[in-house]
Amino acid sequence: MSVQVVLPGVLADLAGGAKHLDVDPAGGTLADLLDAVDARHPTLGRRIRDETGRVRRFVNVYVDGEDVRWQGGLATAVRDGAVVQVLPSVAGG
Amino acid sequence: MTDLLAIGTRKGLWLARSEDDRRTWRVGEPHLLAQEVAAVSIDTRRDRPRVLAGIQYGHWGPSVVRSDDLGATWEETESGAVRFPEDTGAALARVWQLRPDTADRPDVVWAGCEPHSLWRSTDGGCSFSLVRGLWDHPHRPTWEPGAGGGAVHTVLPDPGSDRVTVAMSTGGVYVSEDGASDWAPRNRGISAVFLPEPPEYGQCVHKVAVDAGDPARMYAQNHFGVFRTDDAGGSWTSIAEGLPADFGFPIAASPTTPGTAWVVPLVADMERVPPSGRLRVHRTRDAGASWTESGEGLPDGAWTAVLRDAFCVDEGDPTGVYVGTRDGCVYASTDEGDTFALVADHLPDVLALRAVRLP
Repeated sequence: MSVQVVLPGVLADLAGGAKHLDVDPAGGTLADLLDAVDARHPTLGRRIRDETGRVRRFVNVYVDGEDVRWQGGLATAVRDGAVVQVLPSVAGG
Repeated sequence: MTDLLAIGTRKGLWLARSEDDRRTWRVGEPHLLAQEVAAVSIDTRRDRPRVLAGIQYGHWGPSVVRSDDLGATWEETESGAVRFPEDTGAALARVWQLRPDTADRPDVVWAGCEPHSLWRSTDGGCSFSLVRGLWDHPHRPTWEPGAGGGAVHTVLPDPGSDRVTVAMSTGGVYVSEDGASDWAPRNRGISAVFLPEPPEYGQCVHKVAVDAGDPARMYAQNHFGVFRTDDAGGSWTSIAEGLPADFGFPIAASPTTPGTAWVVPLVADMERVPPSGRLRVHRTRDAGASWTESGEGLPDGAWTAVLRDAFCVDEGDPTGVYVGTRDGCVYASTDEGDTFALVADHLPDVLALRAVRLP
């Protein structure tokens, strides 16, 4: 199984400079995918999720263009060949 | 000799240096730009001073980073230096305090965090362990968050014993006499204006400082009220008489002169600005029996505030006093608060100041 994870530039440094990661998760959910990202790049993983496993409040994750908040959250299905985007939300000051 | 002043702000960290006994300061380029630095410490017990910063990456969560080359490079523990154990079900929200322990405990560093928690590192701040005795305290579920969040914001290890004192908003003062295993509230005499009766615990103590001459004598700036204890928190008495306002966030004690401490009064509850817009410090030389306004060089027309860690003293002689404001100004005094000079302005909101003397 191969999933492409697309990172914003600000996180790419934590993945060796790559804005696109090819990830082979152990299962078919977003949680499985993020576990695989975390195993390869722990600091990157902490930027996306807190230590309880929840996606951080101001981090948006899209699976094939759909915001997972309105899908299944961490249980959202991630198919072989999917594109998963990680984006900062509109926040800050 | 170099004096180093770390300035943590809402959008980064600045390091200022003085090579002329604190008369003039050179403020360097920003570090950790765009990241909130709510806690900073400079650990001078090491061969090379270590700067520890509790940061918030904005969208990307909190962390602790460290530099052993005064900010030229920064390191971050991959898995997170402060990371709640899985069984707690909690997640780190903010690092409020980083406190190196004493010289004879050279690798011990304490962290006070949100949610209310105390952490101890034995490797110089690379990794911290949750202090279970406080986390498992039966009072913890009733410690409410103040407006800034619920946190342990003050950690005071006693150099001469196993006593550790913490202060929390809210929660109040808790003390352990056995190196942080067992904890008891010590708030008798401290007011809580937001509760109908003075409670055993639950006060919103903003900051606590230890007297130079007696580790059992401490001063507390409360959410209304300034207090002193002479028995390590067993009881507290008001020392607010003579102040123009008894609200404020920081309190600092001289590291060398017993009985000397400083506060920065603010008008409250809603305004939280200096009285009449005159930013001043108030100093006691007699452990709070009387206070004297000082601060020539601090501004009038200053409708700003000084937060609990945006105020510190150094170990120089005379003691240096440093004030940081929410409108991004930093002032330094080399005469124990009599007069101040501007170190920096137009910075983001100042959240934390720490000053050390490097050989």
